[in-house]
Amino acid sequence: MTLLITMIAAAVSTVKWYTSSKARELKIGVLLYMFWGASLMWLVDGAAQYLEVGAGYFTPSAKDMLNDTFLGMAVIALALVVWIVYLLIKDPSNLLKETLLNKKNRS
Amino acid sequence: MACFIVPAAEAAVTTIIQKAIKRSEANSDHESTDNKIRLSEKLKWLNGMLWGGSGLLAFEHLWHGEISPFFPFLTAANDPAETVKMLHEMATSGSAMAILVTAVWGVLAVAADKIIGSEKTEKSKAGAAA
Repeated sequence: MTLLITMIAAAVSTVKWYTSSKARELKIGVLLYMFWGASLMWLVDGAAQYLEVGAGYFTPSAKDMLNDTFLGMAVIALALVVWIVYLLIKDPSNLLKETLLNKKNRS
Repeated sequence: MACFIVPAAEAAVTTIIQKAIKRSEANSDHESTDNKIRLSEKLKWLNGMLWGGSGLLAFEHLWHGEISPFFPFLTAANDPAETVKMLHEMATSGSAMAILVTAVWGVLAVAADKIIGSEKTEKSKAGAAA
């Protein structure tokens, strides 16, 4: 489930990166790296588990599925936080810098 | 258990290589990147996937209690039998992860050069026809 959620996130961010120049300006590529890198790694993990347990890999228990879904959501949240921190540090449209300068000038 | 350490180690090495190549590209005068994207730029993609992927996997290991904030940081390292299993997983799954990400990056790098190459050919053909 974590693999599935991460792959969907990777596909969605790739489409967004491809179709929106604003998204590219906002450094969405960082999300692409994280999601595709993790998807490929979890794919290997999934293949290893499949070799170990066979078709049972595709029928996880409800408890495992819930936990993996929760993990998948947490992974997306973490990746988004990393992206936002990166965005604020890089500040491609100088918005943060301008806002801070305005605040400083006002005070 | 600790499979993410292998791609993370590869990421550390490729990051150092990328920095060195970037420096040498900046120092070299000749423009050898007519039909190709710079190697340092391509290595940036690999670094991104390796660091990003291993970072998220590290979080997953933390989630499952396989990483602890205290020495030796990997819970499997506390028990010799578990350590052997961990090392085996690093050698199999970890290496496979690093190889798969590198292979996908290799395909991407070759495809990107082909796209750039075909674009240049089309432009030169259009220029010759005009």
